[in-house]
Amino acid sequence: MSASEAGRDRDAPTPAGRRELPILTTTHQPPTCGARLVHDFTPDLIDVGAHHLCPGCGEPIAMRSMVEQVTELGQVNKAIAVFGIGCYTAYSNNLDIEVLQALHGRAPSLATGVKRCRPDTLVFTVQGDGDMVNEGLQEVLHTAARGENVTCLMLNNGVFGETGGHMTAATVLGQRTKNTLDGRDAARHGHPIRLANLIAELDGAAYVARGAVDNIVNITRTTRMIRNAFRTQLRGDGFSFVEILTMCPTGWFVDTAAAPAYLANTHAATHTLGVLKDTARAPGPHAAPEGTTAWPA
Amino acid sequence: MSASTSGATTRPAARPTVLAGSAAIGEAMIAAGCRFFAGYPMTPFTEVLEHMAARLPEVGGVCVNAESESEAIGMAWGAAATGTPAATGSTGQGLSLMQESLAEIVHARLPLVVLNMARAQGDYHQATRGGGHGDYRHLVLAPCDVREAVELTGYAFHLAEYRRSPVLVMGDYYLAHTHVSVDVRPTDFGPLPPRDWALDGSSGGTGAAKLISPLSDRKQRHAGDRADAGYDLAEFYVRRGAALERMVAETEPRAETGFLADAEVVVIAYGTPALYVRQAVSDLRALGRRVGYVRPITLVPFPSDIVRAAAADARVVAVYENSGGQMVDDVRLAVLGAAPVRFIGRLSLDPSGFGIAPDLDVGAMRHRVEALFEPAHETPSR
Ligand code: SF4
Repeated sequence: MSASEAGRDRDAPTPAGRRELPILTTTHQPPTCGARLVHDFTPDLIDVGAHHLCPGCGEPIAMRSMVEQVTELGQVNKAIAVFGIGCYTAYSNNLDIEVLQALHGRAPSLATGVKRCRPDTLVFTVQGDGDMVNEGLQEVLHTAARGENVTCLMLNNGVFGETGGHMTAATVLGQRTKNTLDGRDAARHGHPIRLANLIAELDGAAYVARGAVDNIVNITRTTRMIRNAFRTQLRGDGFSFVEILTMCPTGWFVDTAAAPAYLANTHAATHTLGVLKDTARAPGPHAAPEGTTAWPA
Repeated sequence: MSASTSGATTRPAARPTVLAGSAAIGEAMIAAGCRFFAGYPMTPFTEVLEHMAARLPEVGGVCVNAESESEAIGMAWGAAATGTPAATGSTGQGLSLMQESLAEIVHARLPLVVLNMARAQGDYHQATRGGGHGDYRHLVLAPCDVREAVELTGYAFHLAEYRRSPVLVMGDYYLAHTHVSVDVRPTDFGPLPPRDWALDGSSGGTGAAKLISPLSDRKQRHAGDRADAGYDLAEFYVRRGAALERMVAETEPRAETGFLADAEVVVIAYGTPALYVRQAVSDLRALGRRVGYVRPITLVPFPSDIVRAAAADARVVAVYENSGGQMVDDVRLAVLGAAPVRFIGRLSLDPSGFGIAPDLDVGAMRHRVEALFEPAHETPSR
């Protein structure tokens, strides 16, 4: 980011509809001693910090936001996570949260069975766009339409990351994948599905939002969306859904450092960020108003 | 979930009552403790779903009208993971859709009762070999009438929980639609292991949060803070394979037999058609024909020893099925060439699914069995 970009009005939207924080200058000198661990910031519920996911992958960030909200809402020993199949599945091993492993696409149905039998638990699914929009579109739409009191989280990176970067139903036009080598072309490959928008149309859906983890502002907003989705469920208001755009430098064949910008300029331009539906209206005592960067107290 | 018992004890089903087969199976499920059911309408499974939708809420249970068969079994999968006795089912084609999940549920070690209210007997391979992926088995029970269906449904819930595995009950169109006087009450099949594996969220944050997965039954926490701390699939699959083998080996094969002592011709049939075979065989016995029958009740495990013993002194073994001939494979494996095995059944490919009727004719069956006494049938057919 150039100095002139850094100095611009931070409320002015960028072309991708996002706002950026200015870069602050610092007077700190380089450290004089070697690095050492002063504090382990691994959240309590992630009991194996290391993981198999690629450097620069956005999924661990989303996962972290998720487990932090389970803790902050006091749901640690009431939470049941239903995992789909994708790179994030490896993370089900790292969590100190009860996990029910589903097949591709089926997680919302499993979550329905769990919640109907244990209405006192916090039940949420973790799925990718390949899992949820391709294989499991029917399941998530019907679960939302039934107004099941569960939360579905979709990690949307626009590719089948685990298979090595193939087109999903959420891949944006122009994106190159292993099976759209010249870029996704509407005439040949159809149009991307904006899942959060579809779900927001359904009467059973109480809270629907789309966030991203490409920068700290969006991570903070996404964390708040997850919090609001969980609170929707805890109030018993019905189906809640948070779609989270995540980086997949490996599947996108993009440099790790360039992946956040790629997300902002391609994915977020089609899958636009924001809260699409919040039937609760009245934010709870801890919720910061949308559009602010304050961490919820 | 709190299961109120008042509904179950005050309903007339607690004493002999005339019920349609589907209602009787529904009552048997409730008596066995079933408190979650999900399904999608498909004849003749539909009436079971209707019955459960009406009855489960009365006993504090949940019945969900799923949007498809794959969702129905997914919901039942989730319910089973909470330790709630759960069931689902369908009819042939619907079961085909469920196979994907069924295979995973076996490896995830969850108790589940699955009904196939089949239209004929063409789903034998689907039930006993499975249509799902991977190296899996589950137990299969095949009642021949409503009273036995009631007993086996209770037994299926017991076996499912005892073995932490799905158990499939093969019903059919006649079974679903026949009205009989039945006494549905809970049967005690013996003690069950504790449901300490069930999810309720409470193990979160303890350092040993539970996992229910077809990939593993425990998280690998002791590899330290290392990236290779993943699931040990090889170790898990070896253990699962051994447990499935044990399940099949330790479950008692069941069969009904009749007139075997001096039988020259042995007829094997299961389910509703076996009733017609039994009648044809006893008619022929009355005429002095040396004919006997075996009716497998457990299809997995297949009662191979009983069939083998029956075939030992027989001149010919015949298999009647209302299909193109599927159980005939298991009979041949059991007989192992000791006697020729003839298929005397009929194909049921009626696309309406109701083609079971024209072939179920005791007189016609008697003729086919009688023909086996002619010398042409003595040479082995294999
Ligand atoms: S392939 Fe993509 S989604 Fe999968 S771990 Fe790597 S970066 Fe993440």
